[in-house]
Amino acid sequence: MSQFAINVLFVGASFALYIGIAIWAKAGSTKDFYVAGGGVHPITNGMAIGADWMSAASFISMAGLIAAGGYANSTFLMGWTGGYVLLAMLLAPYLRKFGKFTVPEFIGDRFYSKQARMVAVVCLIVASVTYVIGQMAGAGVAFSRFLEVDATTGLIIAAVVIFFYSVLGGMKGITYTQVAQYIVLIIAYTIPAVFISLELTGNPIPALGLFSEHSESGMPLLAKLNEVVTALGFNEYTADVDNKLNMVLFTLSLMIGTAGLPHVIIRFFTVPKVADARWSAGWALVFIGLLYLTAPAVASMARLNIATTVYPDMGGQVENVADATANPILYEERPGWIRTWEETGLIQYEDKNNDGRIQIYNDTEAFASTAEQRGWNGNELSVNNDILVLANPEIANLPGWVIGLIAAGGLAAALSTAAGLLLAISSAISHDLIKGAINPRISEKGELMAARISMTVAIIVATYLGANPPGFAAQVVALAFGIAAASLFPALMMGIFSKRVNNHGAIAGMLTGLVFTLAYIFVYKGWFFIPGTNNLADTPENWVLGISPLSIGAVGAIINFAVAFTVSKATAAPPQEIQDLVESVRYPKGAGTAVDH
Amino acid sequence: MAEETPNAEAYWKANLRLIAGCLVVWAAVSYGGAILLRPLLSGIAVGGTDLGFWFAQQGSILTFIGLIFFYAWKMNRLDKQFGLGE
Repeated sequence: MSQFAINVLFVGASFALYIGIAIWAKAGSTKDFYVAGGGVHPITNGMAIGADWMSAASFISMAGLIAAGGYANSTFLMGWTGGYVLLAMLLAPYLRKFGKFTVPEFIGDRFYSKQARMVAVVCLIVASVTYVIGQMAGAGVAFSRFLEVDATTGLIIAAVVIFFYSVLGGMKGITYTQVAQYIVLIIAYTIPAVFISLELTGNPIPALGLFSEHSESGMPLLAKLNEVVTALGFNEYTADVDNKLNMVLFTLSLMIGTAGLPHVIIRFFTVPKVADARWSAGWALVFIGLLYLTAPAVASMARLNIATTVYPDMGGQVENVADATANPILYEERPGWIRTWEETGLIQYEDKNNDGRIQIYNDTEAFASTAEQRGWNGNELSVNNDILVLANPEIANLPGWVIGLIAAGGLAAALSTAAGLLLAISSAISHDLIKGAINPRISEKGELMAARISMTVAIIVATYLGANPPGFAAQVVALAFGIAAASLFPALMMGIFSKRVNNHGAIAGMLTGLVFTLAYIFVYKGWFFIPGTNNLADTPENWVLGISPLSIGAVGAIINFAVAFTVSKATAAPPQEIQDLVESVRYPKGAGTAVDH
Repeated sequence: MAEETPNAEAYWKANLRLIAGCLVVWAAVSYGGAILLRPLLSGIAVGGTDLGFWFAQQGSILTFIGLIFFYAWKMNRLDKQFGLGE
């Protein structure tokens, strides 16, 4: 069977499974549509949260980011997992007790203000739309690489599949497809990693292999990796960073942002009890951890593998670096995976010194004299970071079905996150905008229809934007996490932990946090991300106190808290029934399942 | 549920104390061990590198998982103890 046929078989089978689940899990009520009926088991929910959370970026790009940045990019690992601690202790159980359908609904009720609810709706839509574009584009890329269709066709196929289970089943359909998608993606991610870890270290568990001995050289794997990358002019892989303030704030922004993202929060509304919301968060992090503990191993092993593929003499014990790097492989003898990925343009080769060999190194001024001594005339092989995970099965010489599995896994990661985001968007439109503001008297049936129509429109818009990504689509970390951190998270937390913060305080806090964060981002990245409109170049020397625009969400959150408390102190305390509401969300007793008013 | 009984107040205080304790550990492993204190811990070798690197790429995540289960277990017990569970 050809590789193409295997890929079609794996992807086709996984899609048939998702559609089958969609037909089985049809939503009969708004409660089914928004919170999957409210009866999801915490372990099931944990798995669904895992798929909801792990996007095309986690599956495809994160290992590449870590491989390129080494220790410095550990921020993504800690930031994207540490947020679950905040969710479990500061938000999820209480919002579950509140027992309504959407995040803006809590903000609107707690701060007894339609404006507050609308600010939350706008934040939710901007954050989620930015996020979903990347998922749709990622699905298109995975299709075009593995199924030989162009990216737009791939995107439309993905959209049709999402349409099937999310419009029919709402949260109910999405929950059970996410469970299936989690299983597909974790198997796909783990199998190649296990084989690579076995090959390099003899340890079948990649997370342990990372800290084990590299079999070929007898050195610890990370020490070997440091030796290899420094021989090629790069910083040590494990090198510490100088700008600790920025590293702390970036990690904190990712953590707070993770906790404030509505598509994650609404998953906690689907469990029967408050206690289950707490367990769900733990299970979610177990399932997420399986991938997040494997990713750094994949990252360092792939980086080592690529370097020692090009310089085979660097693999064993190295006496003299100049000798060990003197015989890189001939371009004509390059391995198959380099050939495959050259076709996609994600690996590019140019023989700059005309020796027929491949030189790969850090082409910088500091390394120029060493390179010249070795007869190198520039880095000749550029490798896109995104291929590390996708090319893993080929790098490890695994059979064709593993490649088919990776294709299905990448698509599962993109589709599951896209569906979760689309549900957050469409429920904000049908429940908060239509029922909450435009037509409060809408019937249950009418609202369910409105939810389905909003979902359909959201899918069409996301598909269009995925095919024609606007400039801001690349700014998921800045925009989605920045907004969630600076605006939504503080409002939700204050709504639970303070009885004193009132409507004026919450609105003022959310708006100042939001405006401050966006303004700081726009100054460096261009106003509304229009190229050329930035006031300062986006380089570390221009950043205030060395704080990158990607790290500013944490500062925005602090400003939000400060403004909200100050304004609330100066204005009247919330009415008694609101203080009672705060009381009631703090105690699990009497929760019942999520209900509509 | 409207008025605050002494029981409910004690429950909420216990919850806040527990959260504070958990978040101290949360910050200590990530912001402490993995970032700010890494230079101080550089003498402790772990698999070819230092303890700070291990916290950054593995230790923090494992600690986070443990923390959430500990919190869930403790809180579910508090719910019963104070008669405020479901």
